[in-house]
Amino acid sequence: MQISGAQMVIEALIAEEVEVVFGYPGGAIMNVYDEIYKQSGFQHIMARHEQAAVHAAEGYSKASGKVGVAMITSGPGFTNAITGIADAFMDSIPLVIISGQVPMSLIGTDAFQEIDAVGISRPCTKHNYLVTDATDLPRVLKEAFYLARTGRPGPVHVDIPKDVTAQIANFDYSKEVELETYKPTVKGNVRQIKKAIEAIASAKRPLLYLGGGIINANAAELVREFSKMTQIPAVETFMARGTLHHEDPLLISMLGMHGSYAANMAMSETDLVIGLGARFDDRVTGKLSEFAKHAQIIHVDIDPASISKLVNAHFPIVGDVKNVLETMIPLAKEQVDPTRYDAWHKTIANFNKLHPLAYTEEGDRIKPQWVVERIGQLLGDDANISTDVGQHQMWAAQFYPFSRPRQWISSGGLGTMGFGFPAAMGVKRADPKRVSINITGDGSILMNIQELMTAVEYDLPVINVILNNNFLGMVRQWQTMFYDKRHSSTDLSIQPDFVKLSESFGGIGYRVSTKAEFDAALKDAVEKNVVAIIDVAVNRLENVLPMVPAGGSLFNMMLEYKEK
Amino acid sequence: MEEARRVISVIVLDEASVLSRIAGLFSGRGYNIDSLTVAPIPDSKYSRITIVTAGSVRVIEQIIKQLHKLIPVLKVYEHADLVEKEMAMVKIPLSESISDVEALAHAYNGKIVNVSSDTLIVMVADEPHRVAHFLDAVKHFHPKEIVRSGSVAMER
Repeated sequence: MQISGAQMVIEALIAEEVEVVFGYPGGAIMNVYDEIYKQSGFQHIMARHEQAAVHAAEGYSKASGKVGVAMITSGPGFTNAITGIADAFMDSIPLVIISGQVPMSLIGTDAFQEIDAVGISRPCTKHNYLVTDATDLPRVLKEAFYLARTGRPGPVHVDIPKDVTAQIANFDYSKEVELETYKPTVKGNVRQIKKAIEAIASAKRPLLYLGGGIINANAAELVREFSKMTQIPAVETFMARGTLHHEDPLLISMLGMHGSYAANMAMSETDLVIGLGARFDDRVTGKLSEFAKHAQIIHVDIDPASISKLVNAHFPIVGDVKNVLETMIPLAKEQVDPTRYDAWHKTIANFNKLHPLAYTEEGDRIKPQWVVERIGQLLGDDANISTDVGQHQMWAAQFYPFSRPRQWISSGGLGTMGFGFPAAMGVKRADPKRVSINITGDGSILMNIQELMTAVEYDLPVINVILNNNFLGMVRQWQTMFYDKRHSSTDLSIQPDFVKLSESFGGIGYRVSTKAEFDAALKDAVEKNVVAIIDVAVNRLENVLPMVPAGGSLFNMMLEYKEK
Repeated sequence: MEEARRVISVIVLDEASVLSRIAGLFSGRGYNIDSLTVAPIPDSKYSRITIVTAGSVRVIEQIIKQLHKLIPVLKVYEHADLVEKEMAMVKIPLSESISDVEALAHAYNGKIVNVSSDTLIVMVADEPHRVAHFLDAVKHFHPKEIVRSGSVAMER
């Protein structure tokens, strides 16, 4: 089939069964947008900023498990998108990013809206391409989708000069992907797995350390089966929230800088860490030399470079978590005695009793943690929870009663403020039957507030719940604790009227200062099913606790903070 | 941790921007490059990149894994038992004693390869530490310009 490069893009997206593309047009990508206008194979959602387009694609991908697609133009369109691309890279989210580029004849001339896009995206993509001939396009696009979703997933960027999108060439998408130099190891080494099972069977205090790779691999069901069968307790990383049901007695909680006392103590006391799709991030481990000091480490990960990068693994297993668990489960059934860890369960129960994850009610102002819990009580499993970045994000991770994988959508690795709202739009597009909540802060929400327009235009009724403390709360917390209360550039006393702001875009707004008002607002927003902002005035100086100060040991938590 | 010198060979697809991926990986992750050479492998679609680097065991292991992760990388060898050679060319004024220069070059697998009206060029090819010795010795002849190729290596 002889068609233009622009038509090839459309045909490839349809062949990949893409149902939605998030994007923003511009000069260098116009040939493709002209073809988008003519086609009916997928929906195009025009964000109001390229960064938001990519975050929306991320949210869509995280909620659906499919590859997210974003489309942008050259120059500033592309540089705006790069924060989203970097975010997807850090959190291993499969995306294909298609950007326009100036025509080949102008590349290298500092042309209008020219920037070395592949030069910029190289360190924050799994792979990237500059397509210099339309005959390469079918192969490149097919490879891009394949690379994005296989192995350790990640964003793949395809940069296409304008003349290449106009060029007519043969389109054949049937050829299988052949990449001699890319062969991810999916199946774990059976000998290593057997050794790992022996270690589990002889451990006294084993601990499952569950990471985001489980969600990516769709392995949560198998993890539930494995933990139930072996009765091994589990901690979740921030990225893994929802792997186990919040009521699962084996789930301790989240670990790390703002993990629970019990989770962090369990990690400090365990004699065998069973790491599944987790990467020993510094926000999880604290001081490395003190991390899980008494333990041997089993580390299952699809990415060999993640194994023994920071913490030496005694039993390294390269493979897809799902695949490895399929091998582990029958072996564990034979060899692991689930009653063997009773004493360990008691120890953990004591940790939980000693310092449960909690907050204290005081004064008239609503506590931010209460808002998170309340959303959980009112909506529970019926909501998907996206967040921005900061205190509200940690409270959401700590206090929301997650019940399933892909319910929790948050920017972990890059920590991108402005992620939540556009991501929640993508989540709504992927899972329209559930309520899409963005728990956000009064700082973060303004970083992609323009998306109110997109959400209203495309009827993506995201409910933004602002935990409004008139501060950049997390930075304020660090300033209070470590910078002698010098609140440098964190006081957000001057604010827009969020109710009017939402209304001006065609959304709905609520200002809330009591619990009853909050209940009423949330119920009304869910019922009306329109784009909403619920601006909740919360306690200004609440801190996220417990806290392991940066570089500190995991067992050395700040459990309460008294103002000096 | 102790830093050790290592020679790594990387077999990559001979395609646009592959070198920037390798170089960017090293700079982005804070690894050293002491020398880097690259040339196509005859009758194939691959190139061979030879990198001399230094780092602790853990860092070298990470470098190798990160190199493997790059999509156009076919193989990565960390050389243990290898033959390693480097070449250097030195431009020397003709006023120096040609026979002395020639004798020195000879001791390091080298010879005079060019003579112009006022300078000569001498080249040597030897193990990198021997090349370094040669460059030290050749200072005696007031070199005007020195070019080192960087190492190439082959498994025994």
